[in-house]
Amino acid sequence: MKNTNPFKQFIAKRFAFLHKSSFLAFVQKEFYHIFRDTRTMLILLGMPIIQIILFGFAITTEVKNSQIAIYDPSNDIATHQITDRIKTSQYFDLVKYIKNPAEINSVFKDGKVGLLIVYGEHFNENLMHTGKAQIQIIADATDPNIATTLIFYASSIINSYQLDMMKQLKIPYQIQPEVKLLYNPQMKGAFNFVPGVLGMILMLICAMMTSIAIVREKEMGTMEVLLVSPMKPILIIIAKTIPYFVISFVNLITVLLLSVFVLNIPVAGSLFWVIIVSLLFIFVSLSLGMLVSTLTNSQMTAMLVSGMVFMMPVMLLSGMIYPTENMPAPLQIVSNIIPAKWFIISIKNLMIKGLGISSVLREVTILSSMAVVLIAISLKKFKKRLE
Amino acid sequence: MNDKIIQSNPIKPSTEKVIKVENLVKRFGSFTAVDHISFEVEKGEIFGFLGANGAGKTTAMRMLCGLSKPTSGKGQVAGFDIEKEAEKVKASIGYMSQKFSLYNDLKVWENIRLFAGIYGMPKNEIAEKTDALLNSLQFESERNTLVKALPLGWKQKLAFSVSIFHNPKVVFLDEPTGGVDPATRRQFWELIYNATTNGITVFVTTHYMDEAEYCNRVSIMVDGRIDALDTPKNLKEQFNANNMDEVFHQLARKAQRSE
Repeated sequence: MKNTNPFKQFIAKRFAFLHKSSFLAFVQKEFYHIFRDTRTMLILLGMPIIQIILFGFAITTEVKNSQIAIYDPSNDIATHQITDRIKTSQYFDLVKYIKNPAEINSVFKDGKVGLLIVYGEHFNENLMHTGKAQIQIIADATDPNIATTLIFYASSIINSYQLDMMKQLKIPYQIQPEVKLLYNPQMKGAFNFVPGVLGMILMLICAMMTSIAIVREKEMGTMEVLLVSPMKPILIIIAKTIPYFVISFVNLITVLLLSVFVLNIPVAGSLFWVIIVSLLFIFVSLSLGMLVSTLTNSQMTAMLVSGMVFMMPVMLLSGMIYPTENMPAPLQIVSNIIPAKWFIISIKNLMIKGLGISSVLREVTILSSMAVVLIAISLKKFKKRLE
Repeated sequence: MNDKIIQSNPIKPSTEKVIKVENLVKRFGSFTAVDHISFEVEKGEIFGFLGANGAGKTTAMRMLCGLSKPTSGKGQVAGFDIEKEAEKVKASIGYMSQKFSLYNDLKVWENIRLFAGIYGMPKNEIAEKTDALLNSLQFESERNTLVKALPLGWKQKLAFSVSIFHNPKVVFLDEPTGGVDPATRRQFWELIYNATTNGITVFVTTHYMDEAEYCNRVSIMVDGRIDALDTPKNLKEQFNANNMDEVFHQLARKAQRSE
């Protein structure tokens, strides 16, 4: 009855530790550490829910119901028609009619009005007779992104009015641009941040929590006792990462469920590949956490290192909040070594665009190589410490 | 009180050497932490390993536990070579460190089960022995208490009991009674004596010189070398001292290096 398949023998030998009660006892202990620390556990499991809701509803880059003011010295049919279109648009809330030009500067001062539309004098008359009328759009550019968006919305409304007029006049040559928004036709900000939030949460839990958990044992002196025991050091580390792997997986499912059912973002591509790529990213983050734990000796340092070296760049350089394409060249180069960047690109392609796995082969390759390199370095460091 | 304990635990005549060390050296770069030390420890003996901070105690102990590889020299613990058979050494020793070595957020019985499990003890044996241990410590009522709720003295006693739970040949104690009150220290030493009657060899480092008197033999390390090794009684005679404290200070004064 001897098993002669060398591959099976190899696997059986490699995974023999799984059958040993010592390994399971150890994993169980790790779960106790987490479940008995109610506050930390609530943070770990509640964080994705809070972040998704925050980003989904509170922090939104979409511009809606912006306060707008109008100065209309012409007060004729054309300006009324345009003003009506602006009033009925969901983007603007008309809050003020300015009576004289002196008020123009003061209207922005209290910071509520984001945009002012100034019609030229004799607007309709000029339009009908000379074919030219003037509108000035003045925006509060304190936040340049919002200003740009508002100007874009206002210009579109004015353009559409102009197009409608031209149709009535039957001008033979017309170029009508037809804009189609792919993948995210309603231009929802959620489509952009869900992959980002996912990347950030997985990074936080895997890298930061794992490194803290391992360093805590060093700090408490229990690591010494474990290293003196017959348990293999590598198994100690694996056992410590397993609970965080499980929690990350729970969070992954939570985020996916929230995006589908609360934010109404469908998983356009294959759910299978979304999960596989996420698992790969979890693996990279866990190895990063392992590396930090071999380099630091106090929980405080581990937290600072993970926070400053991992979290900040992930938020700022991964393309989660600011597109990497807009960054200066040196920062773009730096952003390449951030695993979350590649993860976010993959998830956008797989989940939002609904592309196949073949579209993210490059990203998956980069993430896999990162995992291999990180594990190799941390194993080397870990062994060296034991000498 | 000391005399009573010592009288009840005379050195048992035994020829079995549980620890054998020959010319053990550990260098870190140009710094020689442990400088050609040699000694033997017999089965059932309480061996005191003394030295000022930085004398090389911890480094020597780490080599004996298989945590660190010697630069040169030979060593055997429980019959296994510390360099080539570190895994077997680890399986036959127990260890308790100066820092508290149980998990605060685990219950008393969970700590016992965890460490017994790590040393590969079968489940039914763990359950039986746990009952017996808690009984003998009169700890039955604390079985389900989280360790962090126990007073320090109890934690130390429990940590020691856990370190010998799997019946190791040698137990290494690294300043086990640090910060514990004298009454509890005495109870702790009673536990140590009990362990030796079961054939467990005790290798202990300590800062308390009164505890050195409890040991069967004491070695004193100065600057990486063992400068004295004998029974407390012989050492006192040799150095013409009233107690171990005086012996220690006469030797430690010669030290060239400090922390």
